[in-house]
Amino acid sequence: MLFTQNKPIEEVLESLGTEKNIFLLACNGCAEACGTGGEKGLSEMGAELEKAGKKITGTCLVDFLCNKVLVTTRLSREMDKIQQANSIVVLTCGIGVQAVSAVVDKVVHPADNTVSLGGLAGLWPSDERCQACGDCALDYTGGICPVTSCTKGLLNGPCGGAADGKCEIDSEKDCGWIKIYERLEKVGRLENLKKIRTPRDHSKMLPSEQLRKTSFYDIETKT
Amino acid sequence: MKLIERFEQGKFVITCEVGPPKGIEIEKVIDELEALRSKVDAFNVTDLQSSVMRVGSLATCRLLKDRNLEPICQLTCRDRNRLGLQSDVLSAAVLGIKNLLCLTGDHPKLGDHPEAMPVFDLDSVQLLSAIKALMDGKDMGGNDLEGRPPDFCLGAVVNPGAEPLEPQIMKMEKKVEAGAEFFQTQAVYEVDKFAAFIEKVKHLKVPVMAGIVLLKSPAMARFMNANVAGIYVPDQIINELAGVAKEKRVEKSLEISARLIRELKGLCQGIHIMSLGWERHIPAVLEMAGF
Ligand code: SF4
Ligand code: SF4
Repeated sequence: MLFTQNKPIEEVLESLGTEKNIFLLACNGCAEACGTGGEKGLSEMGAELEKAGKKITGTCLVDFLCNKVLVTTRLSREMDKIQQANSIVVLTCGIGVQAVSAVVDKVVHPADNTVSLGGLAGLWPSDERCQACGDCALDYTGGICPVTSCTKGLLNGPCGGAADGKCEIDSEKDCGWIKIYERLEKVGRLENLKKIRTPRDHSKMLPSEQLRKTSFYDIETKT
Repeated sequence: MKLIERFEQGKFVITCEVGPPKGIEIEKVIDELEALRSKVDAFNVTDLQSSVMRVGSLATCRLLKDRNLEPICQLTCRDRNRLGLQSDVLSAAVLGIKNLLCLTGDHPKLGDHPEAMPVFDLDSVQLLSAIKALMDGKDMGGNDLEGRPPDFCLGAVVNPGAEPLEPQIMKMEKKVEAGAEFFQTQAVYEVDKFAAFIEKVKHLKVPVMAGIVLLKSPAMARFMNANVAGIYVPDQIINELAGVAKEKRVEKSLEISARLIRELKGLCQGIHIMSLGWERHIPAVLEMAGF
């Protein structure tokens, strides 16, 4: 899930400036679950905007704003009201905002901030995180990701900052490397830590030219 | 002078820490070191210690060298990616710096610019390997260098108070494999625990310098116990310091450090003093410890 928080209303109003007629759009997926979108987000934002003297030309709720096919179909029925508006305020994650801008020729204002949960969490909500680093290390770390569970993304073991199993930046956050150590000890694979791991290849975080030529990549990125 | 030469001569090596200023008033920082000239083998110049923005280590090291004081340049992985780090290693070479101490570095969140981008492109082990490669005439991209940097003496750090200790030792082993020739430790107050640590790393056959932090007050000791990973000042020491009148504190503190140094002397190959502004007291501590 992509985690969002409402932007302060002052920030939204400032970005609207003198634009008076607003179309309001909210996502009914992740943003609904975070309480930043959905029916609740729509009505709260509608009330705030009206209080600030704006006119709402129309509202619309879309199940998954990140899905451009869905956005296009759903918004085609609202085109009149969108045309009357100076801009669209969107209650959704950064991907949703980008998807809307890609299919509607109107100024789009995000009303939410997408907040990092430290990487992708899998489609089913889970504690584990992946940053799609392109060179998975889970094999030698006992299935715990060093890139996301260690605050510094270290590959060769803990820094000197861990205390009581917690990370130096926050006494509430587990030290990823202590967890890796304990897991490897439990499964009898401590020797995995003996080998020096070479630096990450950060270019692997960019989609390769080859990948960009596949139809899979096309489907994922172009609608 | 490369620090390793001192160890090879069988000398008990003494280093202390210099924190460059926040701002450009560096003369007085260096002037303070004059009193230590004959007592200390080399000076660690910190690299934005505790993630606080200051004058850089490289420039300060060169200023020390100009005064004939031997610098150890600290390099952390916090602020520079592999391009910046390798470039600074070459810069160190052209500035005539012979000793480099490689560390991961504190997270920026702990310092005075918590909004800064944490880099950590390399970790301390990888940094050591990269410097080794530069000394062999190649950069990390496999490109040849025009002129090989001279062999540096490479140092690293270890935290003997970490719990669990084993992952620290495993990382220390990798640092040795990657080229670390000596180690400085986090502050030590528990001699028994340090002795147990030394026993566990003696197979590595590298000189270890025990860290000494001068305790300015009982409050500072309690603060470190609560906030600094791997440092534990036993109650007995805190009580000893708290038990004397305020005007006797400095003397007591120096006495405690001198005693620790005497007790640690037989266990390690040197000491590294982190005086945190108390540079002026170092000569007295060393004298009381018998140096
Ligand atoms: S090591 Fe890389 S690919 Fe593997 S889980 Fe972590 S971020 Fe994802
Ligand atoms: S304390 Fe642990 S999780 Fe935090 S940066 Fe150091 S090794 Fe990584």
